[in-house]
Amino acid sequence: MKVSEICSLIEGVVVIGESRLDDEVEYAFASDLMSDVLTVKIQNFILLTGLCNIQSVRTAEMSDVPYMIVCRNKQVTPDMLEIAEESNIVIICTQYSLFRCAGLLYSNGLKPVY
Amino acid sequence: MHLEFNVEGGDFSNAGSASSQIKRVLKQLNIDPSVIKRVVVALYEAEVNIVAHAYRGKIDAEISSSGIVLKLEDEGPGIPDVEKAMTKGFSTASKEVREMGFGAGMGLPNISDNSDVFTIDTIVGKGTSLNIEIKFR
Repeated sequence: MKVSEICSLIEGVVVIGESRLDDEVEYAFASDLMSDVLTVKIQNFILLTGLCNIQSVRTAEMSDVPYMIVCRNKQVTPDMLEIAEESNIVIICTQYSLFRCAGLLYSNGLKPVY
Repeated sequence: MHLEFNVEGGDFSNAGSASSQIKRVLKQLNIDPSVIKRVVVALYEAEVNIVAHAYRGKIDAEISSSGIVLKLEDEGPGIPDVEKAMTKGFSTASKEVREMGFGAGMGLPNISDNSDVFTIDTIVGKGTSLNIEIKFR
């Protein structure tokens, strides 16, 4: 699924990484627990999270996660944007809940990691 | 190649900056991305542990053609029961650490999962030293 299609499905707004809207994403993982994200062995999946702080972006960077969805209208801070830019991470914000995003993306073909 | 970093306890805004710099170096050296991920995940978990539990610490990274050796030494409370600390789900993390998305008792087991060699030396009331070794092939 293209990043642009993901945005349409969840009414998401890309706050950084607009040049990657045509990238294809196959797998997704949803968690607010960064310790759990760090145990995922595959790379290049999209992370859905309600945790909006510098460590959620750092975790994405360390886990080779190039795409992040931040749920429930959380405010992405300038230091988060700085790390995302350095690491070429796309951040999408949406008003939808984590549950709703996961349901929509799963039913439209994104695969679960586990 | 030898790299050194200082880590301050409680400084969550910079937690991960050493791991980030080492990741950049390993990418420049064209190390296999799956190996880089193992190195930085293990290192990041260990770096966050210093920030979360210790007063301050130091990271030494020795990179050779065959692999990387990471030594993390902190001044802190130490670990009273290493076996318990290695149990998935056991954590003594504060509310602040949990709000950052950590403190689920998965850090030390995850470091072990990603390392070829992993040892812990700790003295209660003084601090903890971790030795993490990961081969490139």
